[in-house]
Amino acid sequence: MTPPRDRCEARTRKGDRCRNPAGPDGLCAVHRRQQAAGGAGAVHTPPGAPGTEPFGPFLDWAEEALEFLGRRLLGEYEVDEFGHDPDLVEHVLAPLLRPLYKRWWRVETRGLEHVPASGPALVVGNHAGTLPFDALMVALALLDEHPAHRSLRMLAADLAFDLPVVAPLARKLGNTLACAEDATRLLESGELVGVWPEGYKGLGKPYRERYQLQRFGRGGFVEVALRTGSPIVPVAVIGSEEIYPMVANLRRLARLLGFPYFPVTPTFPALGPLGAIPLPSKWLIEFCPPIETAHLGPEAVLDPMVLFDLTDQVRDTIQQTVHKNLLVRRGVFG
Amino acid sequence: MGRCILVTGAARSTGRRLVGALAEEPGVERVVAVDDLEPEEPFPAKVEHLAVDLRSPALVRTVQSAGIDTCVHLGVTAEPRAAGGRATMKERNVLGTMQLLAAAYHAPGLRRLVLKSTTAVYGAAAGDPAVWTESMSHETPRHGFGKDAIEVEDYVRSFDRRRPDVAVIVLRLANQVGPTVDNPLTRYFELPVCPTVLGFDPRLQFLHEEDTAEVLLRATMGPAPHGTFNVAGDGVVLLSQAIRIAGKPPLPIPEPLVGRVAELAGRTVDFSPEQVRFLQYGRVADTSAAAEQLGFLPKWTSLHAFEDFASRLNRLVTEEQVLRLEHEALDLLRRAVGWVGR
Repeated sequence: MTPPRDRCEARTRKGDRCRNPAGPDGLCAVHRRQQAAGGAGAVHTPPGAPGTEPFGPFLDWAEEALEFLGRRLLGEYEVDEFGHDPDLVEHVLAPLLRPLYKRWWRVETRGLEHVPASGPALVVGNHAGTLPFDALMVALALLDEHPAHRSLRMLAADLAFDLPVVAPLARKLGNTLACAEDATRLLESGELVGVWPEGYKGLGKPYRERYQLQRFGRGGFVEVALRTGSPIVPVAVIGSEEIYPMVANLRRLARLLGFPYFPVTPTFPALGPLGAIPLPSKWLIEFCPPIETAHLGPEAVLDPMVLFDLTDQVRDTIQQTVHKNLLVRRGVFG
Repeated sequence: MGRCILVTGAARSTGRRLVGALAEEPGVERVVAVDDLEPEEPFPAKVEHLAVDLRSPALVRTVQSAGIDTCVHLGVTAEPRAAGGRATMKERNVLGTMQLLAAAYHAPGLRRLVLKSTTAVYGAAAGDPAVWTESMSHETPRHGFGKDAIEVEDYVRSFDRRRPDVAVIVLRLANQVGPTVDNPLTRYFELPVCPTVLGFDPRLQFLHEEDTAEVLLRATMGPAPHGTFNVAGDGVVLLSQAIRIAGKPPLPIPEPLVGRVAELAGRTVDFSPEQVRFLQYGRVADTSAAAEQLGFLPKWTSLHAFEDFASRLNRLVTEEQVLRLEHEALDLLRRAVGWVGR
């Protein structure tokens, strides 16, 4: 474990605590430059310039965008040791995902109070939909709607870190490799970690098996939670199964391309790139009450029964919540 | 009686600096600087220069007869060009270390052995854990410096088993940067454009030359905990970010073409396959063991160290230009909006 490094004292424009590591003067590189340039930012719009009032919000936006571009051009931003880039997430990646969240899938989120406002926790969810949009939507729900605006640090498959373009984006979004070392390290530094134990089995399952949770791997996530004493927060996502209803899997082509599966949906690959547009199903994300692990102590890792029981408990909680919410949903696109 | 310290690879900048610092330490009686090269700046008067290759019998005699109590092995090089080709580099690195350890095994007064190794022993791959600790098992790098460093570490570890009375300290240093550092990576950032692997943006760690000097001095003179320690500045810098800080334009090259381009570029900089993998996947090492057991906290973070190095480069894009552009664009926008508003 690294000794906890001091965080920057400044606040971001949104009023959140800056998450960048601080230098000797208590500020990160970004805010040091901003302070040296005088006050809130390098560029400052004088309030009430003639004729600009109706466009105030637009000018604010332009100013922030220009400052962001300037920071990127000069390399003046900081990422953590996993490569998480909050500046890029806040200004580019989250704004790109938000329309999907709000307009396309009209995501409704429940039970956010079950996610702790600070300190470590392991968020465990069901996985479906061919592409891991469900993980991104859960992360966006926590970033935008949780009162503490928490960053979900997701554990992703090896493949994500070997694909060009995807690999750096995955890291910048806050993902890291799904291995015990990385997960432990994140939890020990008090982060909120997201894990999808079904993996490809869940993502690439045919449409007729929708909302049936697959096997939960070997339950490695429970081991990590026990070892670090972190609570487990099960999360059930509905809606993700219908975005790309997979009717067939071209196994041979998938093997040729090195992918875990090659989906055939009613529109893909028949309609080409158009077929890659996900269907606008109605989504509901529910966070369930946390399952505490601290009282079991780290020695419980040695007892396979405890591991099996906890794994099953988490899986059942998610499966039941999925069923419960499917019953209240008015329709797939409702 | 004061300490008698032997330093190999003493004529290169890191070694020269350590030898100079050791000569000024009050508790040090004798410093033997081993290197077949002449240092750029002459050694202090107190230092005995043994201008021999590591494989020479004169070295064996010195190690065994002169009452050497500490051996600092800096003589493992990462640069095939300077060493006279890859084969010679390997011979110097691996066989030189074997010879030195063979001599050290029979030196009765030896109490401490410090090896300067590298985080390159961890290799670089997509499936690597995000942060390496010293005890994690890793795939052996199959090429170049990383492979040499692993073999050298193996010999040192086996020496450690055979001479339990000697404190063996292995320092795995991250890539070094600083105003006077000259290595394959600093030369990469001095290129007019920086070739990158298209669609990859690795995390890098840097160690400032002052911190390199400090950690070597501490390992040589301070309390002697047995063990292997990662040494790097705090935090990480992305390659894209480093290129921006260096003020260079990046040149992304699709992965299938990288080999060809590296071959071409290899004529001006050392672009080994392991260097290419490093620029594709990067690597980060955990430094908490060095902080806790060695008591070493680097003064420079990775970012600050890199900025200090980059200040000597010719920037294509300067901070003033970017700030001015920002101002001008916003000013233009404000005037346009004001005009529309009226």
